[in-house]
Amino acid sequence: MRGRRIASLLIAVALVGLAGLGPAEAQKGPIKVGFMAPTTGGAAQVGKDMVNGFQMWLDEHGGQIAGRKVEVIVEDTQGLPAVALTKLRKLVESDKVHVLAGLLFAHVGYALAPKVDEYKIPMLYPVVSADDLSQRKPAKWVVRTGWTSSQPNQPFGEYVAKTLGYKRVVTIANDYAFGWEQVAGFQRTFEENGGQVVQKLWPPLNTTDFAPYLSQVRKDADAVFAVMVAASALRFPKQFQDAGLKAKLPLIGGGTTFDEFVLPSLGDEALGGVTPLIYSAALDTPINKRFVNDYRTQFGKVPSYYSETCYTAARWIAEAAKAVGGDIEDREKYLAALRKVEIPDAPRGPIKLDQWGGTIQNIYVRRVEKKDNELWNTVIHTYPNVSQFWKYNPEEFLKQPVYDRNNPACKYC
Amino acid sequence: MARPGPLARLWAPGLALALLLVAPPFLSSFFLTLLTQAVIYAILAMSLDLVLGYTGLSSLGHAAYLGLGAYSVGILTTRHGAGFWTTLAVGVLLAVAVAAVFGLVALRATGVYFLMITLALGMVAWGLAHRWVSLTQGDNGISSVPRPAGLPFSLAGAVPYYYFALGAFVLAYLVLRTVVGSPFGRTLVGIRESESRMRTLGYHVWLHKYVGFVIAGGIGGFAGVFWAYYNGFVSPTDLELATSVETLLMVALGGRGTLVGPALGAGLIVILKNLVSVYTQRWLLILGAVYIGTIVYAPEGVVGAVRQWTTSSKGDGT
Repeated sequence: MRGRRIASLLIAVALVGLAGLGPAEAQKGPIKVGFMAPTTGGAAQVGKDMVNGFQMWLDEHGGQIAGRKVEVIVEDTQGLPAVALTKLRKLVESDKVHVLAGLLFAHVGYALAPKVDEYKIPMLYPVVSADDLSQRKPAKWVVRTGWTSSQPNQPFGEYVAKTLGYKRVVTIANDYAFGWEQVAGFQRTFEENGGQVVQKLWPPLNTTDFAPYLSQVRKDADAVFAVMVAASALRFPKQFQDAGLKAKLPLIGGGTTFDEFVLPSLGDEALGGVTPLIYSAALDTPINKRFVNDYRTQFGKVPSYYSETCYTAARWIAEAAKAVGGDIEDREKYLAALRKVEIPDAPRGPIKLDQWGGTIQNIYVRRVEKKDNELWNTVIHTYPNVSQFWKYNPEEFLKQPVYDRNNPACKYC
Repeated sequence: MARPGPLARLWAPGLALALLLVAPPFLSSFFLTLLTQAVIYAILAMSLDLVLGYTGLSSLGHAAYLGLGAYSVGILTTRHGAGFWTTLAVGVLLAVAVAAVFGLVALRATGVYFLMITLALGMVAWGLAHRWVSLTQGDNGISSVPRPAGLPFSLAGAVPYYYFALGAFVLAYLVLRTVVGSPFGRTLVGIRESESRMRTLGYHVWLHKYVGFVIAGGIGGFAGVFWAYYNGFVSPTDLELATSVETLLMVALGGRGTLVGPALGAGLIVILKNLVSVYTQRWLLILGAVYIGTIVYAPEGVVGAVRQWTTSSKGDGT
């Protein structure tokens, strides 16, 4: 009898102890973050900028988020949707990550979004900018903290027509959704402000010889608007100059044509290029100066917008985790917190999300200039708090089809 | 020694199949998805083996058929809510039709010219996927492809789909086995060994090659159907040159002209590519070393090397 009582007492004590331990034990476990970027293949260098930026924020904060240790598992997507899908499965099913971040390329982003929704694991897209991810085809569990492709170019169209005063522009852009959306965003506002796009040229992605396209450029234009990415961006400005066009036509374009990722590899041929983007390493704020300085010390190069957006994504994950008291296991609650995050002082400026999941942030119009024998994107104008819909009514904006190669149509070609 | 009997020839594939059948409970869900991927790629590699290994024609455009099958699924399911049988029929027939056209063009040439023409045709298919945006959604690809519908059983989880793909693999293997074992298949081998001799013997060489090419295309499309359902996503990267080259390497690594070899090669490459890259960023280096090692030490591939080793150890020399 007595023995039984002692036994039940012991069991009761054990049960109380377990009950008390349970949640506390869960709190102590590390937060597992899956980070996906192409660290091999053609875009490996971009992938490194992404990983470096993300890791840098965590290192600065002692590898801790909301008092919990953080374990980052980096997976290589090789820039391919099928590989990224496989790695997503691995991160979720084998590693049991709590939150995901990363990815480059729109098609990889589109491929993973439905799967992320299926897994119900929050995922941040700090770089993938395909318009429809926060417009017509949003995914519940994808939080896009980066930008939309047309976002910088809509204000820029107005800037080019009104401030730079160009009337007739030729566009030349890599022939895929990222190029189309940027050209279209630019064309729409440029033409609404009295400009005319008189010719649209579309060299394929990864084109390195632009001679056949440059020879077609209409010489009666006022400027050339170029959207180049990676391998194309490295070669385009030089060939533009060699074709004798730089002397006649100013070169303007999408942000990636002259972003900090390509600038160190370019020479004087890039000087004077005017492009808009959500970030410039030359941004003159204390927080950005510190960021650029620290990044250079650590990685020996100027941070690109890929570094900045991933750096800020790490902070984003932390801000939301703080908001839910570190309890990121409650995924619905954590997702809601992620959508509510507002960062007033990221290196690129203040950022928050609109109700469709698009970012509201500053757009910087930048001009390539030489300082201390290095090329920098000097900010010459700032459009504060720009929405993905620019000045348009969101409902009406969303009723139109997504920007495309021929939308808006080329009326003046 | 006489030719080994049917039982002796079947024990290795039989054992492999048995292992594949009992594997799922012992594997992590991640490894199971890799195995599913390997099984689907094995179908594609085996179909290429019919052209490359048995007929001796190196095609660099085989990813086109995978893409045709995959896009059939992507477009029909997301736009028209088509069921599995419709997508399978359309995918395979489309691949057959396109292979029939491509074959007319490509089989005018042999050797390196055949390689170049198939490369160009493969790029045409890729270009279509990339640029025919109204149909294929271009570079963004088609996402949210559902799992097969209209079947009497559910394929929701990873395990059922694995068995489903495994079934497709066995079916493809049996079909190809029958083809290569038939007089038609033996004629293809004859053509590979000496085209002029076969012609002198009165065989219609071109027609044999053509039919082989079309069958391979159809089975490539068959693989594409399962590939699209597996990924839930189709994009032009499925038709890229890199995919064709990878398939070619699977065949070469496993052993061309053996059917089992390419399937093994597919498994090896899929697992190397996805598993090794988890542990090291230098996985390409390892993959490269494997390729070079194969070319230097086992030019007939893994299966070729094993066969050589077993026959020579039995001491009958041939």
